[in-house]
Amino acid sequence: MRLLPSGSAALLVELDGLDDVLALYAALSAEPPHGVVDVVPAARTVLLMTDPAVTTLDAVADAVRATTPRPDAQAVGDRIELPVHYDGADLAEAAELLGLTPEGLVERHTGAEWTVAFCGFAPGFGYLTQPGEQWDVPRRASPRTKVPPGSVALAGEFSGVYPRESPGGWQLIGRTDVAVFDLHREPAALLRPGTRVRFVVAGR
Amino acid sequence: MSLTVLATGPLTTVQDLGRPGQAALGIGRSGVCDRASAGLANRLVGNPTDAAVLEVTFGGLAVRAEADLLVVTTGARCPGAPHAAPTVLRRGQELRLGPPASGLRSYLAVRGGIDVPPVLGSRATDLLAGLGPAVVATGDVLPVGTPVDPAPGVDLAPVPEPATGEVAVAVLPGPRADWFGDPGWAALTGQAWTVTSESNRVGLRLDGAPLERLRTGELPSEGMVRGALQVPPSGLPVLFLADHPVTGGYPVIGYVSDADVDTCAQLRPGQTLRLRAR
Repeated sequence: MRLLPSGSAALLVELDGLDDVLALYAALSAEPPHGVVDVVPAARTVLLMTDPAVTTLDAVADAVRATTPRPDAQAVGDRIELPVHYDGADLAEAAELLGLTPEGLVERHTGAEWTVAFCGFAPGFGYLTQPGEQWDVPRRASPRTKVPPGSVALAGEFSGVYPRESPGGWQLIGRTDVAVFDLHREPAALLRPGTRVRFVVAGR
Repeated sequence: MSLTVLATGPLTTVQDLGRPGQAALGIGRSGVCDRASAGLANRLVGNPTDAAVLEVTFGGLAVRAEADLLVVTTGARCPGAPHAAPTVLRRGQELRLGPPASGLRSYLAVRGGIDVPPVLGSRATDLLAGLGPAVVATGDVLPVGTPVDPAPGVDLAPVPEPATGEVAVAVLPGPRADWFGDPGWAALTGQAWTVTSESNRVGLRLDGAPLERLRTGELPSEGMVRGALQVPPSGLPVLFLADHPVTGGYPVIGYVSDADVDTCAQLRPGQTLRLRAR
């Protein structure tokens, strides 16, 4: 664990990998250190934003060092099913990049549970990982200027669902009719760190 | 009680202190770009610090009071506005903000606060995420809330004007300063960066001699805070302001210290910024 300053009001905790990130995030979000207003997990890091009027970065660093990560907490998130129409524009290409047929890709995508590791990019955009499976999909060489909302996509070790229309460079394999971000719903974000997702075939 | 918008200038948005505590869901804080100026505006009309104000970019806002309202502006001083001096705007009276002589962002606070419906706990317009109230448009009728705090007995708050010309702020090494090494840090702190016209609420885009990376390769996305100096492959840093992305995949060479970000939010295109190592 490395603690790196991020300006005068935030601390970046660098860890060895995603499992360590999730375990530390679970502990820190359950009991944030005094004066911490935001805890942001990412691929290799956890960022703690503080209120400088209330605490110091040294005090927060001490609190982080004294925190016991909770690797068990990963298994306590909500569990949801997302029906997907596997008709994405990049399905064939993504399958080929993985050495699979399109049917094989769908089988693998639906075959095991995914977990939201962290969010970012846009409100409600979750980075989903499939523990034990090695996904490694390059991004598109040239990002699309418009990706339709509900698009289910792959990039690197992650799968994701675009909450709204936005530019994007991920490989599109399908789409879901479920709104992953809806301001008129509580909570607005369906995919939160720790949420477990099972993709199911909704037809092609 | 309400205000009718007669003109907006280049950009007027409703802002408050934003949405802290939701970054883990990909929802950034957003809120006012210059927190100190907006906070002063609210105090001068007896509002709580989290009341919503109008953030006016480069003047041009015109409003009509539909009731007697106590108003004030802070930040960039606009001709025609009651600057740092709370004033009653009578029902039917209009207030027109001219272009400021220095600075970029002015805050118009109304006693009672701008009372548009909150979105996810805040009335801030986040232009990057597309969250919160719509950008203020001509013809909008903005509701004004009921005052809760006592009216302050202050006629005028002496405040410095935003600087013209070159501005210097303190910079701290960022988490990826080692991607640029000593030569990169020397280049960051040793030149006057020019603020470009592509700057917005997301960030100030800086032009100058590009910073060179010592390390190549990809950085996995990581959390960002306002004040970050993120360096994309062009080598030209972007200084993140209120609507910055929650996470980013380009290395952050340094951070402008939190209090100095307010100063940076008042820089206009063409002004120069020096980043002094502290």
